[in-house]
Amino acid sequence: MKCRKCGGQAAIELRRHNAAFCVDDFVEFFRNQVREAIRKHRMFGRDERVLVAVSGGKDSLALWDVLIEDGYQTTGLHLDLGIFDYSVESRAKCEAFAAARGVPLLVSSVADEVGGPVPVIKQVTRRPPCSGCGLSKRYLMNREALQHGFPVVATGHNLDDEAATLFGSVLHWQMEALPRQSPALPSTHPKLVRRVKPLYRLSERETAAYAFLRRIDYIVEECPFAVGATSIAHKGILDRLEDVSPGAKHNFLFGFLEKARPAFERAEAVPLNECARCGQVTTGTLCAFCKLADQVKRAR
Amino acid sequence: MKVVLRNPRREVEVAGGRRVKDVLKDLDVLPETVIVIRGDSLITADQMVDDGDTIELRPVMSGGSASRGGASGEASPSMIGDRR
Repeated sequence: MKCRKCGGQAAIELRRHNAAFCVDDFVEFFRNQVREAIRKHRMFGRDERVLVAVSGGKDSLALWDVLIEDGYQTTGLHLDLGIFDYSVESRAKCEAFAAARGVPLLVSSVADEVGGPVPVIKQVTRRPPCSGCGLSKRYLMNREALQHGFPVVATGHNLDDEAATLFGSVLHWQMEALPRQSPALPSTHPKLVRRVKPLYRLSERETAAYAFLRRIDYIVEECPFAVGATSIAHKGILDRLEDVSPGAKHNFLFGFLEKARPAFERAEAVPLNECARCGQVTTGTLCAFCKLADQVKRAR
Repeated sequence: MKVVLRNPRREVEVAGGRRVKDVLKDLDVLPETVIVIRGDSLITADQMVDDGDTIELRPVMSGGSASRGGASGEASPSMIGDRR
């Protein structure tokens, strides 16, 4: 198989683009997709400080690598979830990545902030672990960005993540979730920072290939709590669809963003309040993070 | 030839002298769900692998979310609020 650009030996085939690329041309293709995402959605400018949420996995470290290489002012934020050896290794990968490139990394511990690590949250809430984990991550990402003066948080969500999210939302017709599905969500309150997903144009196979070719040392092992997660099941279904119909995931997500999403946007915005305890933004009186922390404290 | 699989890490022996895509089919692995590594290089599905080769099929799927909506959350009022 030959590289579409230079005719040399291809390293990766991209069926949805009906193309294959050598190492150098794939790396350039990948970076161009990120640049296009940033440009098209005006995610951030070169004069802005970007907080990059990094888990230690391929997606977020690949994103950070591209932004560093393109000269953006970035700082990493790693949230230590306290999930046994998995979190120890994940944190070590982020610290090694930052140290090797001489870029700053902030680390925040879910156990310190909530009162217990994710395994304890799982026990206390009796809900799937991803639920309390996701809530804590969203809260802490926003709060850390505010505290350190970052106007924007960039996450490593890729095309597969976004297609799976959309698939789940459509399966259950979650009318509140659909208008929020976007590669770039603006700040709608002084205490909510902008959230952007510069990898949304790239599949997770492409981010894995980029991370490998860039020799990024990422954690290959899956989170032990991801087994059986709904989004993983949805990804499996979409993978089978993609196998028989290359480009299906791309068309599903991009078709929604370009044609359908505006129809789901609500006419009236939800009123936003500040949490009576921590001051972060909520639609109620006490935010979900503070409620979760209360629940963990009561149980311990 | 040896094939390294992940999550959990394990090795299986399969016949070489054929293309990568045939090995993937034999192991019931969808090509879009892995990157195929030989040594320090990626190889494409049409490349031949020999009996003496070792290749790694590294899965690319990641994530997890309990919410019906899927992966890890959108910025919105509810990133701090109650709805996910």
